[in-house]
This record gives sequence, structure tokens and C-alpha cells, in this order.
Amino acid sequence: MKIAVLAVQGAFAEHINKLESMGVSCMELRNATDLEKDFDGLVLPGGESTVQGKLLRELHMLEPLRDRIRQGMPVLGTCAGLILLAQEIRNEDRIYLGTLSVCVQRNAYGRQLGSFHTEQEVKGIGKIPMTFIRAPYIESVLPAQGEKPGTEVLAQVDGRIVAVRHGRQIGIAFHPELDADNRIHGMFLESISTAWADA
Amino acid sequence: MAENRYELNKQLAQMLKGGVIMDVTTPEQARIAEEAGACAVMALERIPADIRAAGGVSRMSDPKMIKGIQDAVSIPVMAKCRIGHFVEAQILEAIEIDYIDESEVLSPADDIYHIDKRQFQVPFVCGAKDLGEALRRVSEGASMIRTKGEPGTGDVVQAVRHMRKMNSEIAKVVSMRTDELYEEAKLLAVPYELISYVHETGRLPVVNFAAGGIATPADAALMMQLGAEGVFVGSGIFKSGNPKKRAAAIVQAVTNYLDSKLIARLSEDLGEAMVGINEQEIELLMAERGK
Repeated sequence: MKIAVLAVQGAFAEHINKLESMGVSCMELRNATDLEKDFDGLVLPGGESTVQGKLLRELHMLEPLRDRIRQGMPVLGTCAGLILLAQEIRNEDRIYLGTLSVCVQRNAYGRQLGSFHTEQEVKGIGKIPMTFIRAPYIESVLPAQGEKPGTEVLAQVDGRIVAVRHGRQIGIAFHPELDADNRIHGMFLESISTAWADA
Repeated sequence: MAENRYELNKQLAQMLKGGVIMDVTTPEQARIAEEAGACAVMALERIPADIRAAGGVSRMSDPKMIKGIQDAVSIPVMAKCRIGHFVEAQILEAIEIDYIDESEVLSPADDIYHIDKRQFQVPFVCGAKDLGEALRRVSEGASMIRTKGEPGTGDVVQAVRHMRKMNSEIAKVVSMRTDELYEEAKLLAVPYELISYVHETGRLPVVNFAAGGIATPADAALMMQLGAEGVFVGSGIFKSGNPKKRAAAIVQAVTNYLDSKLIARLSEDLGEAMVGINEQEIELLMAERGK
């Protein structure tokens, strides 16, 4: 199994370190030629979504990645990665991949003084540490369209949605790559095994 | 400062990695920087090149001006206070700045003591010329380090010197026997625990950016290849002929710092680069402030 980690800006090294410590091999996606290589799952890391989104466009990676995700490529988006996946971004006209049926609010907890650490239940895996850095939250889950499965809420903190799953897409508002707990990444890897077993 | 808050502050710096932090003096410039792909902006009244030209005492910016920039962009906003001026830092914390740069670019307010940064909830970034300075700032509570370079000159030589110096000192600490670390801590005037951390991990305990004199995509890629985790660009952008284009080019060069074909393309038609000042022509060495 090979995981591609978007490496245009942000905390991509942290995801790679974690996945490699779990025995999974990783590759960095820095430009369009990297997309020609084979990989089984995709991680969109934390960082600044405006920067990552702009670079995805300029480096001609946005469309190909969107197509891959639509075709069923399993993806884990954390913080900025969740924003890249979102179908709607509150108070902004611009969206990026737009494959995940949620509306997100950027910088939803305010500036850096609003950043926090907590522990909370995640459906199916139990209580885990959660680190929120100038984080977004998911304001609402958008209604399912046609025959596609709806978006499942995996976790909430203080009544706000902070983790969802939609088919093979997992969107997380916090940073599982920064804490020692491996269960979110474990859940992602499991979804990859299932995805390719189905195929 | 609670341990938890310090972790969160170091983690914000981790999110900025691979990015470019740009100096801006107006909301308009801040928007241009954000559009061009800045991962954060540094709000200040005058960019270092103008501070250098104007001379005199240079202080923290007007909070109103900083707030204008906070309102203009959605990315993190940083601002500078004078070395040792903890009340300027308190003011910046009061307006909920995302990062304070305790900066040698401004006139130092204290020629002996730096700010006790552990007393603050908001994070600090500090400049350093070598490993000793970097670890002393971390010991005082800085959650991010940048090279000092020589701000406002458009000359990258000193940022290069500081980054190489830090790297070679880190390599030396890594190669030491553990019983030699105590003496090294004494020589560098830093806590043993921090030297021990560097020995174990081969890196600083916080994110390390390059700053000071970076003016072109090639300069930015040079600093990345030398091991910087991201880049500050001060005067280099808004003192140049085509700020928008140059800013966007530097952002791409930082992401693909090993791709020389791309950087060649990015370096085309950028217009006039900022007029530099050579090291020998500098009257005021800002890097000598605060050790």
C-alpha cells in the first residue's frame, strides 16, 4: 500500500512520519508529474488552505485530484485538508476540490488564542486526543444527492461537527497527525483496504 | 504559560512550514500577499528597507493599523515588538495577534534582557544567528525561530551564513559523546535539556524559517535547500517592480525548491528586484542586536 501526501505547504511531514511509523510507505505530491505515480490513498494535511488551494491550481493538480477522489480514491483531509474537500465554505465564493458534502467555517474558533486541545469520542474508535489550531468546524452536512450515500458525522465537540465520513472521504477539523494516537490514521488505512477489496 | 498553550503555539508554526510569510504595511498589501499565496503576513508600519533608510528609533506599529490588516485577511497575522519591550508584546497580545516577532529590525528597548515569553499566551518568533541564540530564545519561550539575516538589504549572504552556522553547530552537537553535552551547554550558554534535545533529534525543538535579505525565488529556494522550513520575505516583495508576480513566484519556488526548471521559469520577467545594499555598505548591523 502506498499513500500520497499532498506536500505543497503545511504539516505534511507529520503525516508521513506517522504513517511510516505505522509501517506504511508514503510519497509526496509536489507537482503534476507526481500524480503519474501509483498510489492507493491520499492525505491532505493541515496548513493554510488558501495557499494549498492556490498551489493546487497553479501546479495543475486540482482537476486530476478531484477526478481521482470522485472515482473513489480514499482520502483523509485534516484541517486545511478538510477545507480543500468541502463543497461549501462559509462566507467565501471560492471552493477547491468540492467533493465532500459539507459546509465548513474557516477559522471558526477565532485567532491563535482560540486554538485548543481536548479529548472526545469518535464513532467506532472511542475517545481520542484532538488538537485544534486556528481550526475550522463543519457548520452543516449537506443533503445526500441521488443514490450517493450521505455524510456520516463521526465526532462533535461542544455541539460542533469536527469529523465526518462520506463514502471513502474522511474530513477532520483537528490534527490527528500532531498527537501520539494513531487511530484516525488506522481508520483511514482500513478504509483503503476495504475500498480496494471492493474494487 | 501552560505547557499545553506552548505546544499549541509550536504547532501553529508547524502549520506554516513550506510557506512564505510576507511583510505588509497596508490592508491592500495584505490582500495582495494573501492572493499571492502568503501563509501569513507580518504587519508593520514600515518595511525594513525603509526603517533602515529613515533611521531614528523604530517601534511597534499602531495597533489600529495592525487591526486593519487583521480584518483584511483570513491567514495568520504577525507583528513585531522591540527586543525586551514586554509592554508592546502585551499590547499585541491584547489585540489577539497570531504571532509576535520580538525583532531586531526595531530598535531594541532593552540591551540585556529579552522578553520572558513564557508569560504570554500568544506565540513568539525570534531571530537567531547561531545555535546558542536560537536555544536561548527557545528557553525564554519562543515557539518558532528564524535566521536574522540582515533585514532590509536584499542581500541574502547573512541569512545563508546564519543558516549554515546553525546547521554545522547542530551537526557538531549530534556527533558529540553524551558526556560532552554538559560542556557544550555551558559554552553556548543554554540549558542542558535543550542541547540534549538537539543531540537526540538533530534539529531545533521548534520550526526554523529563513529571514533577512531574501529577494528572489532563487534566494528562497537556496534557503530551503540549506534546510529552512519556510521563508520570511520582508522588503523583497513590496520594494520590487512587480510585487504580485514576485510574491507568487517566491511561494511556488518554496514549494518546489528542488525543481530547477520550474524555478528558472518562475524567475523570468519578474521586473526590477529591490535595490540591494551590500554587506560592506551597511552602516547598521541589525543582526548584532539582541544575543
